[in-house]
Amino acid sequence: MIRKVTHNISQNESLLFEQSSPGKVGYQLPDLDVPSVDAAAILGAANVRSEIEGFPEVSEVENVRHYTRLSTWNYAIDLGLYPLGSCTMKYNPRVNELVARLEGLAWAHPYQPESLSQGALEVMSTLENALAEITGMDAVTLQPAAGAHGELTGVLLMRALLESRGNPRKRLLIPDSAHGTNPATAAMAGYSVENIRSNSRGMMDIEQLARIMDEDAAGLMVTNPNTVGVFEQEIVKVAEIVHAKGGLMYMDGANMNALVGITRPGDFGIDVMHLNLHKTFSTPHGGGGPGSGAVAIKKELEPFLPYPRLKRISDAWAWDFDRPQSIGKVRAFYGNFGVLVRALAYIMAHGGPGLRNATMDAVLNATYIRKGLEPYYDLPLTDPSMHEVVFSHDRQEKLGVKTMDIAKRLIDYGFHPYTTAFPMIVHGAIMIEPTETESKQEIDLFIDAMISIAKEIEDDPKFVLGAPYSQRVARVDETTAARKPIVRWKPA
Amino acid sequence: MLDACGVSSLEGLFAHLPQEVMLQRPLQLADGKSEYDIIDYFKARSAECATGYASFLGAGVYSHYRPVVVDTIVSRAEFLTSYTPYQAEMAQGTLMAIFEFQSMVCQLTGMDVANASMYDGSSAVPEAAMMAVRITGRDRVVIARTVHPEYRTVLRTYAKHQGMPVAESGYDSGTGMLDLAALDAAIDDQTAAVIIQSPNFFGTIEDVKAAAEIAHKKGALLVHVFTEAVSLGLLAPPKEADIVCGEMQSYAISPSYGGPFAGIIATKEKHIRQIPGRLVGETKDANGKRAYCLTLSTREQHIRREKATSNICTNQALIALMATVFMSLYGKQGLRELAEQNLAKAHYLADGLPLKFSAPFFNEFVVKCGDPEAVNKGLLSKKIIGGLPLGSFYPELSDSMLLCATEMCKRADIDEVKKAVAR
Repeated sequence: MIRKVTHNISQNESLLFEQSSPGKVGYQLPDLDVPSVDAAAILGAANVRSEIEGFPEVSEVENVRHYTRLSTWNYAIDLGLYPLGSCTMKYNPRVNELVARLEGLAWAHPYQPESLSQGALEVMSTLENALAEITGMDAVTLQPAAGAHGELTGVLLMRALLESRGNPRKRLLIPDSAHGTNPATAAMAGYSVENIRSNSRGMMDIEQLARIMDEDAAGLMVTNPNTVGVFEQEIVKVAEIVHAKGGLMYMDGANMNALVGITRPGDFGIDVMHLNLHKTFSTPHGGGGPGSGAVAIKKELEPFLPYPRLKRISDAWAWDFDRPQSIGKVRAFYGNFGVLVRALAYIMAHGGPGLRNATMDAVLNATYIRKGLEPYYDLPLTDPSMHEVVFSHDRQEKLGVKTMDIAKRLIDYGFHPYTTAFPMIVHGAIMIEPTETESKQEIDLFIDAMISIAKEIEDDPKFVLGAPYSQRVARVDETTAARKPIVRWKPA
Repeated sequence: MLDACGVSSLEGLFAHLPQEVMLQRPLQLADGKSEYDIIDYFKARSAECATGYASFLGAGVYSHYRPVVVDTIVSRAEFLTSYTPYQAEMAQGTLMAIFEFQSMVCQLTGMDVANASMYDGSSAVPEAAMMAVRITGRDRVVIARTVHPEYRTVLRTYAKHQGMPVAESGYDSGTGMLDLAALDAAIDDQTAAVIIQSPNFFGTIEDVKAAAEIAHKKGALLVHVFTEAVSLGLLAPPKEADIVCGEMQSYAISPSYGGPFAGIIATKEKHIRQIPGRLVGETKDANGKRAYCLTLSTREQHIRREKATSNICTNQALIALMATVFMSLYGKQGLRELAEQNLAKAHYLADGLPLKFSAPFFNEFVVKCGDPEAVNKGLLSKKIIGGLPLGSFYPELSDSMLLCATEMCKRADIDEVKKAVAR
């Protein structure tokens, strides 16, 4: 039975281009208080464009209605559980939005004098210190714009350190359960990728690692807890093997929400890692960004961090550009500052004990879902779950229903789907991460929905294959979209 | 819940972790604070930054008016608190808005295809260069010295370990434009991309067509960069370029000490499969109704892993939405009027000042002023942030500053700056 949602009407809406009428405007500019100029005379007629063909012309209210209507076609964390595994969809506190919009912070120009930027620099320094304490690392750069960008920064740091020791090495070892960004990043940093198999417990095959880790390998990119949501039990030994051959340990921090306040990567052998501030530290995902991919490192990597670095000069903050060994810059200016403000506000609201409680609640919620669904879905890996749990569609597939179909049916029950078909080491993965945000009531509704779908599959698998039935669009044809790409509007 | 999980305490959930990795002490962070205390803290930090100043800084980050409606829309929880639209049926709002963003970027730049956004303008440059390397099968890149200095630095960071040599090509010290003869000499038969910016870092408008001819003659692609998106409302679109990349910050994205912003990459139809990042496409649902979804994901890291076009995963959806709302509010007429106001303000400011360069400029330009730091110091006492001293980026311009005037600059403040620089 569907308990969470009821059918509702949905506003139809066409593209803005299709609503345009010549001459309509939605803006006001101040009166020009200097003499107007003749653009063609100043710039040369060849440098001036003709009118922007097909560009929208709508009023302010039409604009507001358009985007408000579109917004109602989306699901959101503010509407309920958003159990995407590896994505950490937790509540985004609104006070964080308010403070990021304060004038002195939101309107700070990156080139304004340091003397007029002290508050911004203080925020960045405080956040760097908090993240170093949380991860057990020695220093943090806030420059990378997103998780994958942090990975690139981290691997470039590894490379720079190894190069300074005489040999950057050629390969990076990566478990087959890793996020796709890990191998893609290694390639961008000039490394070839060697995969490490997962064992029957979903953990790294440590014997294979010992066999292939040599002085030609720069190190290991590990995710812990890994993408099947289990803690790499032998992580300390793994680090010993890598370090014994002069390699470095990179950790993908996507799953840090399972660890904060409980254990610290810096204490189990990690040399460099990135954090996704938009996951663990609650900054809004915004439909796919902005994020922030802060990178935390051990002391020996510090000289190579992107410049500039913060330094203290006679009781004031300043930027230090004199960093001769730095890998350079990975983006202009200093990072996604607006995201950093929000992350610090989150850390301040929780404090040390609050962050630890959040971790424990996240693991409790995942474990509770696991217990609730275990009788109905196959659980290929049975080590205790951390912040997420990964089932397989094996049982349902025998009736012709796959993980993606179950996900689409979940939409009709009023929930966003879990992560489908990842990690690749689990056949037909159903990857569920509830986060600490969710109440028992919301989770029980979710468990009931998943059980109800399991029963529907046994009774009438064909019905499930047709889902979703409740949205303004039925199953979207992604194959045709890729075969004949239409990626922009054109006048009929 | 603990009972259902078979543990007697929350700590029991972690009993399987190796004892040696457990943190045996509380995190050394302050206790949690109330909402009031948090607001108080950040208000104090905000007050330690420039508030109530007029600013004449540009150089890649511009102060433009942000219509109120922009925050109204991006504060909608359904946009703010949703994820990347993997599940199309539950994310048609985000998908259609991105489709509009892609379409408007194409209309503005004269390109056929634009992606769903990049991290920012600076990181879009190496992505464009890598794209050109894939398309041409060549490995070298030539970048104009008039491209934003930080963008060039970012390109070098990315290029270093990819076997992608980067050469810089200088500018004409009289005009402030790219030296086309030097550019011609810098390109060889292994040059994949020629990267130029217009308006360039000095605010000067480049001859995009001539640069494209030089690049194309030798089989290289032309990558056109912009940092000031407001110029697109007035300047001829860089149709001659093969790839356009740039920064949308000017479109209702607050300066926010340098980020988050939204970059773009746009290109010709034939290069669509080499574009990095997310793309939204139009399709139909099972009942034949128009619908949108992420598409061509076989280019991307989650499918191709180490063979992907880039490691980029996220885009800047919410920031791109700010730009989308801005573009559609200003519309066809407003973007032009806004650009004309900027042109007028900057030329009123420049009138009578000792300009360093002679070529036409948009809303920023270089002036000789002896000691730029001294000029700025004097202006600060009048609550005006002056221009960017150029010495650290261009040692040969240490007597000059880059001044920018937008529609946000009032005539009285402009007059003060004119006085200070002319002195």
